[in-house]
Amino acid sequence: MKGRTAKAQGARRRGRWLNRLLTLHGIAGYLFLYAPIVILVIFSFNASRFMASWGGFTLAWYGKLLGNELIGAALKNSIIVAGTATLVSTIFGTMVALAMSRYNFWGKLAFDALLYLPIIIPDIAMAVMLPLFFVLSRTQLGLPTIIISHIAFNISFVAVVVRARLAYFDVTLEEAAQDLYANEWQTFRRVTLPLIMPGILGGALLAFTLSLDDFVITFFTAGVGSTTLPLRIYSMIKLGITPEINALSSLMLIASMTLVLLSLFLQKGGGGKIEIV
Amino acid sequence: MSEYAVELEEVSKHFGPVVAVDRVSLTIRDGEFFSLLGPSGCGKTTTLRLIAGFEIPTEGTVYIEGKPQGETPPYRRPVNTVFQNYALFPHMTVYQNVAFGLEMRKVPKREIRQRVLEALEMVRLPGMEDRRPNQLSGGQQQRVALARALVNRPKVLLLDEPLGALDLKLRKAMQLELKALQHRVGITFIYVTHDQEEALTMSDRIAVMNEGRVLQVGTPQEIYERPANRFVADFIGETNFLPGQVVEATGEQVVVLVDGQMPIRVPAVEAVTTGRWVTIAVRPEKIALHAQPPDPQAISGEVEEVIYGGTDTRYQVRLTPETVITVRQQNAQVGEAVVFPVGSRVYLSWPPEAARLLTE
Ligand SMILES: Nc1ncnc2c1ncn2[C@@H]1O[C@H](COP(=O)(O)OP(=O)(O)O)[C@@H](O)[C@H]1O
Ligand SMILES: [Mg+2]
Repeated sequence: MKGRTAKAQGARRRGRWLNRLLTLHGIAGYLFLYAPIVILVIFSFNASRFMASWGGFTLAWYGKLLGNELIGAALKNSIIVAGTATLVSTIFGTMVALAMSRYNFWGKLAFDALLYLPIIIPDIAMAVMLPLFFVLSRTQLGLPTIIISHIAFNISFVAVVVRARLAYFDVTLEEAAQDLYANEWQTFRRVTLPLIMPGILGGALLAFTLSLDDFVITFFTAGVGSTTLPLRIYSMIKLGITPEINALSSLMLIASMTLVLLSLFLQKGGGGKIEIV
Repeated sequence: MSEYAVELEEVSKHFGPVVAVDRVSLTIRDGEFFSLLGPSGCGKTTTLRLIAGFEIPTEGTVYIEGKPQGETPPYRRPVNTVFQNYALFPHMTVYQNVAFGLEMRKVPKREIRQRVLEALEMVRLPGMEDRRPNQLSGGQQQRVALARALVNRPKVLLLDEPLGALDLKLRKAMQLELKALQHRVGITFIYVTHDQEEALTMSDRIAVMNEGRVLQVGTPQEIYERPANRFVADFIGETNFLPGQVVEATGEQVVVLVDGQMPIRVPAVEAVTTGRWVTIAVRPEKIALHAQPPDPQAISGEVEEVIYGGTDTRYQVRLTPETVITVRQQNAQVGEAVVFPVGSRVYLSWPPEAARLLTE
């Protein structure tokens, strides 16, 4: 009797230790992931010009960013690229997703696999192929070529997100609409589109984020005067890391995180409550 | 204008190698409550979808009000459907759901409002206009689906097991309500169910289906009292089947030797000849039990089991070593009514027309 309780206590103690160890591991993992980011953000408020020392709190670097014309131009380019690429890839990606979920056609499985390919293949591979394509088609590198390249990889991401939403779509709802005198277009407009809209918006936000952050593919397809924010940061860094870069990176980080969180929220059930009619 | 609301002429539907509907011909009259009854997978839903226009026949023609439908899309057919899972639009309120069909047909806003409220009144759901479908109970969703279809005043309403998801008590209540509603609005109902009791209580006529085919069409009485074949007799209610060989066929009557030892007399149905193998079908409640032979040719057996069931008592009576027959006696008399104990010898009788000779 007594022996058994002692054993049970031992087991419990061991369990407690295991729990502590796991908690520690968890903390270590998150530290590893987020410490660089936290340090980056902290040093964007550093009054001292040098990373090595803390010179007090300041917002000066953020102020300086606002006055920097080069960064302003890069921001404008980034928004033009991300906006256009998102718009086009959302429309095409949604159409692809609809076609894939609705129709059975010869070689559908192969098309399905091909759709995932741009997500899987390394950016650098795409980045090397695309300029080759532009050179062969004698297209001048610049904002349009960046936009075309971003559309190329974003279509896949949008299609995958929208397809996930369509997997839960009840086709009898479309039949019910047709039964109630709605033709194909009215059915799409009044029933299908509102119901998959959270997926479409989620896909669009993801596309916007990916486009805004992309460096590798942009670097290879950019031309004169088409510098985007990530490219600008890269050229600034070559002259040494300044608190200004930290501030810019922090802002981009916050923008990306907000967009991704919003995208995730829309893809999960949360989007069901959103009103679009 | 045709006297038939819907006609199916030799309609078949194939899905690859699967024959879901097999050369079905039906005529459904104006204002009729018509049921498609059959086990799961027999092609009821497909038949309904062929009428609604969600499927196009592989062969044959569907007529609605005398007009051949060909490949007319669902939104141009004067029929509406109540779907098995209701298929209410989750992103719209009850009001928007019910108004949908009228909006699509460009009915003026004011008239829409009036008709929607009327329809909700009719299915006894007033005051629920602003709710979402997911805020309603199963029974309420069912009523919204009904209102959404009826508000369009279709020529024909198609219902696919509309009560299937409701619990027994609610289902019974809704059966009566639906029947009364159909009577009131005078719209032709084509009603799909696998529940024979439901079909018997609600329908003007029933088509019994199996494996894509229509086996028999008739009023509930016809189907119950004069089943066309073994499947119908078995599927609708309870039936004893006594297989045997015809030993005597003289005009009015046929004598069938059951299990090679028990001669049973039944009225002849069609040209049955001596030597043919047939099945006699007798409903348990048509059989009377006696302690003494009611006539010299009465068959007899031994009571093997007595099951008291409230309104009636069921006896299992062994006639021959191979054959046991079920007999159901109403407990009409007051007090203890188990007249024949297990092991006693009983004699059976039934009205001549109660026994059906089935040749397939
Ligand atoms: N779209 C389809 N594709 C392939 N087979 C189908 C399809 N629809 C129905 N079937 C088949 O047709 C038969 C009849 O189905 P259904 O009409 O749904 O029967 P019920 O409604 O009587 O249960 C079944 O064997 C079913 O598997
Ligand atoms: Mg069905």
